[in-house]
Amino acid sequence: MGPGCAAADTRQAWAIAPIFDVMSHDHDHHHRHDHDHSELSETELRVRALETILTEKGYVEPAALDAIIQAYETKIGPHNGARVVAKAWTDPAFRKALLEDGSKAIGTLGHVSRVGDHLVVVENTPARHNMVVCTLCSCYPWEMLGLPPVWYKAAPYRSRAVKDPRGVLADFDVNLPKDIEIRVWDSTAETRFLVLPMRPAGTEGWSEEQLAELVTRDSMIGTGFPKSPGAPS
Amino acid sequence: MNGVHDMGGMDGFGKVEPEPNEPMFHEEWESRVLAMVRAMGAAGAFNIDTSRFYRETLPPHVYLSSSYYKKWFLGLEEMLIEKGYLTREEVAAGHAMQPAKALKHGRFDLANVERMMVRGKFARPAPAPAKFNIGDRVRAKNIHPATHTRLPRYVRGHVGVVELNHGCHVFPDSAAMELGENPQWLYTVVFEGRDLWGEDGDPTLKVSIDAFEPYLDPAQ
Repeated sequence: MGPGCAAADTRQAWAIAPIFDVMSHDHDHHHRHDHDHSELSETELRVRALETILTEKGYVEPAALDAIIQAYETKIGPHNGARVVAKAWTDPAFRKALLEDGSKAIGTLGHVSRVGDHLVVVENTPARHNMVVCTLCSCYPWEMLGLPPVWYKAAPYRSRAVKDPRGVLADFDVNLPKDIEIRVWDSTAETRFLVLPMRPAGTEGWSEEQLAELVTRDSMIGTGFPKSPGAPS
Repeated sequence: MNGVHDMGGMDGFGKVEPEPNEPMFHEEWESRVLAMVRAMGAAGAFNIDTSRFYRETLPPHVYLSSSYYKKWFLGLEEMLIEKGYLTREEVAAGHAMQPAKALKHGRFDLANVERMMVRGKFARPAPAPAKFNIGDRVRAKNIHPATHTRLPRYVRGHVGVVELNHGCHVFPDSAAMELGENPQWLYTVVFEGRDLWGEDGDPTLKVSIDAFEPYLDPAQ
C-alpha cells in the first residue's frame, strides 16, 4: 500500500469538490511508473508553491524547515520510550515515580528531557491491558515514540479502538485472555499516554540496555507486546 | 462540530493495516508539510486547536479520501489564507504578490528550531476551584457545538467516573475559535464499555477520555 495507506483513505473516489483535488494525486505513488519519472504530482507542486510563497514573504527560512525535518528524523523515536520502559523494569523507585508523574520522572533522565508536560504512563498488569488511541485526530507521545504510524492516524484504528479493541488487537495478531480488562485511553486533550508493558519472562538479570532492545513501539501503544528473549529481532 | 473526524465507534472502515518497516515519510513533500505547519505554528500564525479545526472542517469526502499529510496541507493552506497570511491569488500564482502580514513571534528561522522541538505547555493557573473530585460520577453533556470541541460524540449523555485530575488547561473549544485560552479543569473520566455500546459491548472494556469541566455535569 502506498502513502496514506489506510484502506478508508484510498478506497473510494467521491465526487470532486471544486477547490480540492479529491483524488489528490496522493496515489501518484502507485501511478508514477506510468509517467515520466521527473513529473511531479499535483500535491507536490502545490506543496512546493506554498513553501515558495512562505519563503518569499519572509515567514520561514527554508533551512529552518530542513532542520525541523532532520530533528524529527534523528531526535525522537521509540528508542526514547524503550529506555524509559527498560529503566522502569529495573528500578522500582523510578517505576513508582513514573506512574505517579510521567513528565517529572522522565525529566530526571537527561537523554529524554524534552518530553514536555502532561505525559501519563499507564501500566499493564496480568489483570489489565492498556491501549491508546486518538479518535478525534492523531494525538500521540511524539517525544517518546516518534511520529505516529499511518495506521494510528487512519479511520480503521480510530473508529474501532474504543468499541472493539479485541477486534483491533486481532488485526495485530494479539490475543488477550478473555477475562482481562481492556482499558482504552482516548487522547482527547493535550495529555499524552504511554503504556508501560509487562517485563517479559526469562529476562532476570538483564541490563537496561538489553531490556530496551525488547521494547517495541506497539508495546508502548498497547497494540503489541515486547519481544521475547531469544526471539528473532 | 459533528464532523467525520469524530470517528470513535463508527463501523465500516475495515481492518487496521500496519505497514512493516514503515518509513517516517512516504513522500518528500509530507516532510515539508509537517515542517511548514510546525514552523508557522511556532511563529504564531495559529494555535494547535485552530489548526485541528481547519482539518476538521475540510469537506467530509475530502477528509476521508485524503492522506494524513494531505489533510495537513489543505488545512494549512486554507487557514493561512483565511488568517490573511497569503491570498488565493498568490496560491494560484505560486509566488508572493502582497506584502507579508506580521507574525506574532516573527520569522521562523534556524534559531527557532530548538525551541520548537520542546513540547508546548498547556497547564494554566486555576481561575476557580475544581468542581469534581476523584471518584465522582459525572455525565458527559449532550452538547453539539458546530464549532471545535474535544468531547467525542460517543460519550455524550453517558455517565462515567472521574479518575484523574490534570489541573487547569487551555480550553480547546475557546482557543480554536481565537476566543482566548479560557483555562478549564481537565479530568480523565472513565466509562464502562457496556454503558457506551450496549449489551453487546465487550464486558471487559473500559474507555476513558480527557474531559474539560464544561463538558461535564454531576451525576448520581
